Amino acid sequence: MEPSLIAENLKAGYRLSTMELQKEVEIYVDAVSGVSLTLGRDEIFGIAGESGCGKSTLIKVIYGYHEPSLILRDGSVRLYGRKGEEFDIVKLDRGRLQRDVWWKHISYIPQSSMNILNPTMRIRDHFAEILKIHRGVEKDEAYREAGKYLESMGLPIDALSAFPHQLSGGMRQRVVIALALLLEPSLVLADEPSSALDVINQKVVLTLLREKQEELKNTVVIVSHDMGVHGVLSDRMAIMYAGKIVEVCDTTEIFWKPLHPYTKALIESLPRLGDKSKRIGLGGTPPDLRNPPPGCRFHPRCPYVMPVCSKADPPLCEVRSGHYAACWLYSETVEAI
Amino acid sequence: MSGQYMLRVVNLSKFFGYGFLGRIKFPAVDNVSFDMEYKPKIFTVAGESGCGKSTLARMVLGILEPSEGTVVYKGKNIYSLKSKERRWFHREVQAIFQDPYDTFNPLRKVDAYLYETAKNILGLKNSKDMKEAVDIVLRKVGLSLEEVRGKYPSEFSGGQLQRVSIARALIPGPKLIVADEPVSMIDASMRMNILNMFKELKEGEEISFIYITHDLATAYYISDEIAIMYRGVIVEMGPADEVLLKRYHPYTKALIEALPEPSRRDDWLTKRVKPPGMEVKEFIMPGCKYADICPYREGICEKRPPMFNISNVKVSCWLYK
Repeated sequence: MEPSLIAENLKAGYRLSTMELQKEVEIYVDAVSGVSLTLGRDEIFGIAGESGCGKSTLIKVIYGYHEPSLILRDGSVRLYGRKGEEFDIVKLDRGRLQRDVWWKHISYIPQSSMNILNPTMRIRDHFAEILKIHRGVEKDEAYREAGKYLESMGLPIDALSAFPHQLSGGMRQRVVIALALLLEPSLVLADEPSSALDVINQKVVLTLLREKQEELKNTVVIVSHDMGVHGVLSDRMAIMYAGKIVEVCDTTEIFWKPLHPYTKALIESLPRLGDKSKRIGLGGTPPDLRNPPPGCRFHPRCPYVMPVCSKADPPLCEVRSGHYAACWLYSETVEAI
Repeated sequence: MSGQYMLRVVNLSKFFGYGFLGRIKFPAVDNVSFDMEYKPKIFTVAGESGCGKSTLARMVLGILEPSEGTVVYKGKNIYSLKSKERRWFHREVQAIFQDPYDTFNPLRKVDAYLYETAKNILGLKNSKDMKEAVDIVLRKVGLSLEEVRGKYPSEFSGGQLQRVSIARALIPGPKLIVADEPVSMIDASMRMNILNMFKELKEGEEISFIYITHDLATAYYISDEIAIMYRGVIVEMGPADEVLLKRYHPYTKALIEALPEPSRRDDWLTKRVKPPGMEVKEFIMPGCKYADICPYREGICEKRPPMFNISNVKVSCWLYK
């Protein structure tokens, strides 16, 4: 697998200060705790997990967008452009990232991104701005190009001269995706790109992302809490729990042969049309990341908990070919091999 | 008391004004009718955002007055209740909302709410009785007073806090609970526990539910009956199995085909859908509101279709005339 991104041992979190007993106390929220990830060129990679599991923080760090209170404590992120250029995201300063890397080689669609368009700018000017800064294209030329481009994304040509508030949520989201893909970056990070949309608009947006990915043969990372979205869209995926990746695998295999007890519970709790058999959710609640439990972070809720689980943190091991899980249940088989 | 229906929603409409001085009338809910029997049931109102389902819920709760039509609960028109009857109505019909963190004041301990409800509605005076009453309802939702006492909303997870708000709704001994998107903010691993609890409350406590949701998979899982709304109108209504699996109305069909279903992965990615049109225009359309996008559109669709009966399902579509 030719990589488009290699992230190693990322440790990031939020440093906050609160008042306790009239004294200022510093706390640290351990949102991403030692995550390593390799993304292949030409794939859609999904990241799933519940709210507060660190999935959004992880992609912010990959994008190099960390501002206080988010701090990066350790780790490296190497990004490979479409022509083999290499960037060390962690080492580059903000100016360099803005000038040479963002939009061109990596783009980021943040959460609730349909509200990030500038309300005082027409849609065409959003496109013209990027084309001018990064390619030096003049205004009229840029408008023409933007028009052609929007049509190829299935948006009506009228949208070009509209202001953002005149478009529906689904159309605005498609405009944001169009902007993110405009300079054909090697890696696109999309944080919950469809969760604010209705099912029909969601389908329009997700099929558009898939179509464009197949055309550009680049890497798209989809962060979503919705397992259904991953089930239909991503090629490979990672499951995150409490700041760690607990399982990585081909999406279809995750659905049919999940390994980690948390993944199993997630998939078993998915309701399906035409199936009324009883679904049982997980007991307990996700841990407080200010003070995560020792050992495996899932052990207080795990139905298969063993003595070792509260003592040591299980490493992410390749249990089957291409199928990684971080769970002591599978560590013996790994050692035997 | 009054025939076979506990709740009758009769030709209910709500218009909001927009445009200059609100002169243009915009029907958020447009001539909606349905009935609920005394037998405990989970009745789902499903639809996308902006279809009018929350407006409908607020009218059924009596929080919002309709522009036309009425809601009759146990034989009484809920908009003309006298003060004593009104208190009775608010005991019988309770609400649960989407975001439990919005329901509770963040600076107030949650058990204070429970005590207050017990005091005001049940008329309990001494603290031992109140504690007992609160503990009973908390145990019905899988919690206990021990776990809740002295805590602020921020100390609970979303799932736990939603349970507390269900417990609060149970204190007056309601017969009907209107739950507006009660699990859409709850994490997947705990969502099913809350829905299972609704089923248990229906069977054990004989409470009926109106479950308002956009999520058809959970709707199928818990509902006995379902109504699908589009742009303020009920387009299809009947037993949940039949509505969601037979899919008579073209809109129901489109909605369900758009659901991301992992087992239909290849099919899902290749089949295109037509994105919905401009909302306002569809809301004020005189005929069938789905006609603009409908693949089966004919001339007759410019007239509003009545409800046609197909076995147990009522469908508002000229295809079935």
